[in-house]
Amino acid sequence: MANIVLDNVSRSFRRDGKEFLALDRVSFVCNEHEFVAVVGPSGCGKTTCMRMAAGLDFPGSGSVKVGGKVVKAPGPDRAVVFQQFALFPWKTVYENIEFGLRSLGVGRDEAADRIARNLKLMNLEGYESAYPHQLSGGMQQRVAIARAYVLNPDVLLMDEPFGALDAQTRTVMQEELLRVGRANPRTVMFITHAVDEAVYLADRVVVMTRRPGTIMQIVDVKPVRDAEDWQKYERIEDVMDLESFVHLRTRIWRLLREQHQPGDH
Amino acid sequence: MGDKLKRAELMWLSLAGLLIFFGVWTFAAWVELAPRKFLPLPSQVVERGIELLTQPFSGQTLQGHLAVSIERYLSGFLLAAAVGVPLGLLMGWYRWLDNVITPLFDSLRFIAPIAWVPFAALWFGTGIGGPMMIIFAGAFAPCLINAYRGARFVDPKYIEAAQVYGASGPRIVYEVLLPASLPSIIAGLRISAGAGWQSLIGAELIAANSGVGLMMVRAQGALDTSIVMVGMVAVGVFGMLVDVALRGIEKRVQRKRGH
Repeated sequence: MANIVLDNVSRSFRRDGKEFLALDRVSFVCNEHEFVAVVGPSGCGKTTCMRMAAGLDFPGSGSVKVGGKVVKAPGPDRAVVFQQFALFPWKTVYENIEFGLRSLGVGRDEAADRIARNLKLMNLEGYESAYPHQLSGGMQQRVAIARAYVLNPDVLLMDEPFGALDAQTRTVMQEELLRVGRANPRTVMFITHAVDEAVYLADRVVVMTRRPGTIMQIVDVKPVRDAEDWQKYERIEDVMDLESFVHLRTRIWRLLREQHQPGDH
Repeated sequence: MGDKLKRAELMWLSLAGLLIFFGVWTFAAWVELAPRKFLPLPSQVVERGIELLTQPFSGQTLQGHLAVSIERYLSGFLLAAAVGVPLGLLMGWYRWLDNVITPLFDSLRFIAPIAWVPFAALWFGTGIGGPMMIIFAGAFAPCLINAYRGARFVDPKYIEAAQVYGASGPRIVYEVLLPASLPSIIAGLRISAGAGWQSLIGAELIAANSGVGLMMVRAQGALDTSIVMVGMVAVGVFGMLVDVALRGIEKRVQRKRGH
């Protein structure tokens, strides 16, 4: 069972000698093979939630469990796609994607096979021996995603993975992510501030409040998607035109707007 | 800073500096500001240098003395790098190692390399062992400090990515800290290379049975300033060549990273 459970999680940080609460009793679940998007204003602690599931940060109180076990350290069973790519600049595209496979002890031939498949999936064929700085931002992020996908992890943690991409590339990546997810469902926690993206991709959308981050509401998308049969549309813009889509998007927008206080930007 | 000078202009300025230096020297020697014995003409130094290529002084030709010095230097410097760089990186990752080594290191590194001479001569002799230890004393600290600092200041996102993708401690040191700190390590090697070479010549002046330093001390005893100067030029030129080589490596590393 590869689910993610955040149970009553609080976390405070120190900055300039002052303690401030970043997350306040946050609880939500990403069920096995469920795609959960977390949206909220910047600084609401959504990235911290993901980092806790990854084992890169730890709750002050409450617990974070993945597959029923308290998260104690990072590990390749939970692949992370970082917002700032975090590709190793001194390694080639191939070596970057290979990095996690070597931790898992995957043999050379099988690794080559899996890497080739993911390079193809991410449209990166022919760039195996390029270094990250020789690629565009969009291509770098595709390498970062390939580095995660190639492990075939039970849990995929994505921190605004498409944030740095141009609109066209982002659309292609979103469609791709949905397609791959249907073929090979896995548990995904997807951090974003783009409401469109969250509604398009996720089964459920967790809406967070501004600091200290709490859960404002969890919006179910899957029932609507199944009832209205969004899956029969191949292109993202066709789905985004649907009344049911617009309705959900507006609902989440309103939730986020409510907390936007006068004087804020 | 200030205005940007073109490459050609910079070269002319460097050349002008050298010309002024040799001009003043030649003039001072010409008018015998000091006796020739103490202030020879530049041309006399060159002549002496050429002579020394074929005529041994203190048992060796110039290149013979240089070869002995360089051999000691390379062995001492490479030993310092081979111990200092890995140790610095490991200290940057393993806190306990940092705690074990740092107090010891901090108390030893203020002993000037030259101050190791009596001890090194007693323990390792004046052949290759003693001088090697003195070079090690001079070259070790910058190797270790730069590798350590490089490792401590690696962008945490790379370490997090390595952890998320399952890398063990040794693998993080070798595949993340080492390449990420490479620019800092090479800067440290450049400092080490200079410090090591300086300490070797210093050591040879005091205690050695051969080498450029010994040649210079013997020449001093024989009141032959030309040979002393030939020795200084040889030391300076070799030190510069090593630095140029290391700078070349530095540039290549940076280019590969897209800087």
